[in-house]
Amino acid sequence: MSPPEPYLGEVSRTPVRHHILSVLVENKAGVLARIAGLFARRGFNIYSLAVAPAESHARFSRVTIVVDAESAPLEQIVGQLDKLVNVVAISDLSPRDAVERELLLATLPLDDGHRSAMLDTITKAGASIVDVSSTSVTVMLAGTPGACDELERALEDFAEVELHRTGRVALPRLG
Amino acid sequence: MQLTGAQALIRSLEQEGVDTIFGLPGGAILPVYDPLLDSSIRHILVRHEQGAGHMAEGYALATGRPGVAMVTSGPGATNIVTPIGNAHMDSTPLVVITGQVATASIGTDAFQECDITGITMGITKHNFLVQSAQEIPRAVAAAFHLATTGRPGPVLIDVPKDVTQSMMDWWYPASVEEYDLPGYRPEVELDQEAVDRAVALITESERPVLYVGGGTLKSRAAQELLAFAERTGMPVVTTLMARGAFPDSHEQHLGMPGMHGMYTAVTAIQKSDLLISLGARFDDRVTGKVPTFAAGAKVIHVDIDRAEFNKVRQADVAIQSNVAAVLTAFDAARATPRNLDVWWKTINDWRDQYPLVYDEPTAEGPLRPQHVIEAIAAKAAPGTIVAAGVGQHQMWASQHWKFEEPGTWINSGGAGTMGFGVPAAIGAKVGRPDRTVWCIDGDGCFQMTAQELTTARSEGIPIKVAILNNAYLGMVRQWQEMFYEERYSEVYLSADLPDYVKWAEAMGCVGLRARTLKEMHEVIDEANTINDVPVVIDFRTDASEKVFPMVAAGASNDDIIVHPLQRGARQ
Repeated sequence: MSPPEPYLGEVSRTPVRHHILSVLVENKAGVLARIAGLFARRGFNIYSLAVAPAESHARFSRVTIVVDAESAPLEQIVGQLDKLVNVVAISDLSPRDAVERELLLATLPLDDGHRSAMLDTITKAGASIVDVSSTSVTVMLAGTPGACDELERALEDFAEVELHRTGRVALPRLG
Repeated sequence: MQLTGAQALIRSLEQEGVDTIFGLPGGAILPVYDPLLDSSIRHILVRHEQGAGHMAEGYALATGRPGVAMVTSGPGATNIVTPIGNAHMDSTPLVVITGQVATASIGTDAFQECDITGITMGITKHNFLVQSAQEIPRAVAAAFHLATTGRPGPVLIDVPKDVTQSMMDWWYPASVEEYDLPGYRPEVELDQEAVDRAVALITESERPVLYVGGGTLKSRAAQELLAFAERTGMPVVTTLMARGAFPDSHEQHLGMPGMHGMYTAVTAIQKSDLLISLGARFDDRVTGKVPTFAAGAKVIHVDIDRAEFNKVRQADVAIQSNVAAVLTAFDAARATPRNLDVWWKTINDWRDQYPLVYDEPTAEGPLRPQHVIEAIAAKAAPGTIVAAGVGQHQMWASQHWKFEEPGTWINSGGAGTMGFGVPAAIGAKVGRPDRTVWCIDGDGCFQMTAQELTTARSEGIPIKVAILNNAYLGMVRQWQEMFYEERYSEVYLSADLPDYVKWAEAMGCVGLRARTLKEMHEVIDEANTINDVPVVIDFRTDASEKVFPMVAAGASNDDIIVHPLQRGARQ
């Protein structure tokens, strides 16, 4: 019998039920560890996570967590998160009621054979070139998670692409 | 006024009304032990840091005031992790102070360094790593506020050595606003609309059960519960964490529900049409198999912690509040169920058919553990506090002792921490020196923390310990007998090794032993005459005794296994 494949977790780019939690936290040491630890011990899945200082810079940070609401009821996730003393406020944004944006950076080799196809892909996606060397180019796309997904898929056709995404940030849709 | 951080720490504890600290000094906490000499606070020097934590828990459970423990960094801190976890599971208010290596050494793997705030993140309500001496008063005030409000729990304050050694200008937060807890809202306004819906459910109900959990004790709602239960005539069950919240002698009390609950309590829940959960959390030891738990019942779930709602069981009405406020609101609305005569007739039939039973004791022994507990109870002063370890003896103590008031039952519920009993009993006795404190313990549990009897003797804390010595890890043995075809694996301990009487004597306690019924009565009488030193009694009990009733792990509460004496009647 062959040994079992190592378990890599559920690898899925677009799970069915995403929820966005916009969480205002105290900007103190260890707060992110508290959130991550809570998710780990309760078995909640984090799909993406973005952190930055919030409006009143020194005191608070905003954490945007995209959670997989299939892993646990959203009510449980919010209820447990709210018990963290450093968590000040939680807004639960369903994707259809939120404006979401994400940043994608990708470095692509400047391969003569694929140069025009590559430039075509970049232009179509609305990405811009932010860095160039003699052998490669770095492009950036700031857009909806869907647009980032699309560009990522398109870039799969090219070899040796190095790609980073920030995870999304979101705000409630106006009206 | 200029103080050292250490002085400020002790002074802050005094500000919070702390009268006792359970602890053990060491390098990183050394500076704090110096001003302790000049303080009115009593320090109980334990023999192991786990003992300090459990003592603080026993103190808190007996008095309703937060327990305080203080230990050093590294192993001192990790040794108290078990009590912290235990307090977290049982929502016991605790403030634990740990020394830490100097700020500059943090992260360098310094001697006796460990990341105790990281380690305890998941098992504290909150924890603090204090960065400067000036911050000490705020950390202490906030810790006590957090530990005792909302859903109570353990809070840890980690204080680096240089912080306690440096100077600060004394101040103390005057109000909650100065605690710097912008995200902490322990109480929410009572949702009157939810209360109205709950009242409507109560009005319709014909077979209601008041499912009383530890939160009822935490919110000091025993009086409100008694008033509400008596006005409505509803049957009451009290979980392992709520024993004492409603008098066991009360006609409406069906006893404890759950895996080793009373047949009537378990079955009344199963057949109820309305379950009113008051500060309970639908623990797996209560529900058994969840889909078949009280399957026909509507649920009103009252809890201060909204994360408990719909975690295990979907509630028809969830009310986020302390229990006392909701019961008061129910009474204000004159919430009354329908006529319960038929329901009580059914319940009383179960009571008659399935009372708590055990095999007849024999004069020559071995003793029946249930009988030992009843004999101790019969000779105990009213208001006696009972602490237990974890296992068969704990279940028997909960079943056979009659608890009449809050704070008289000290046990480890959620975590199931063996060895809890002796130190918790010591802590309870420190908090309530006017009360007799018995620890009902098992031989396995006793061996885990018995060294604290040395503490008890040297500090003049005269508890009484009854070891129900069946020479086994009894609960595991019971499972192996019932579910593993009597294949006993690693459960035998020997009744004679250690010699519990000699061990007790070595620790300055009185050691007694009973093998026969006559000896049992004699040693209990003798123990009751000793009030200056701790007493340890080695009761030799029958190893084949099992705890009944029992719902097997993962089984439905409908498939409750009654005592063999009752099985004929059931079919």
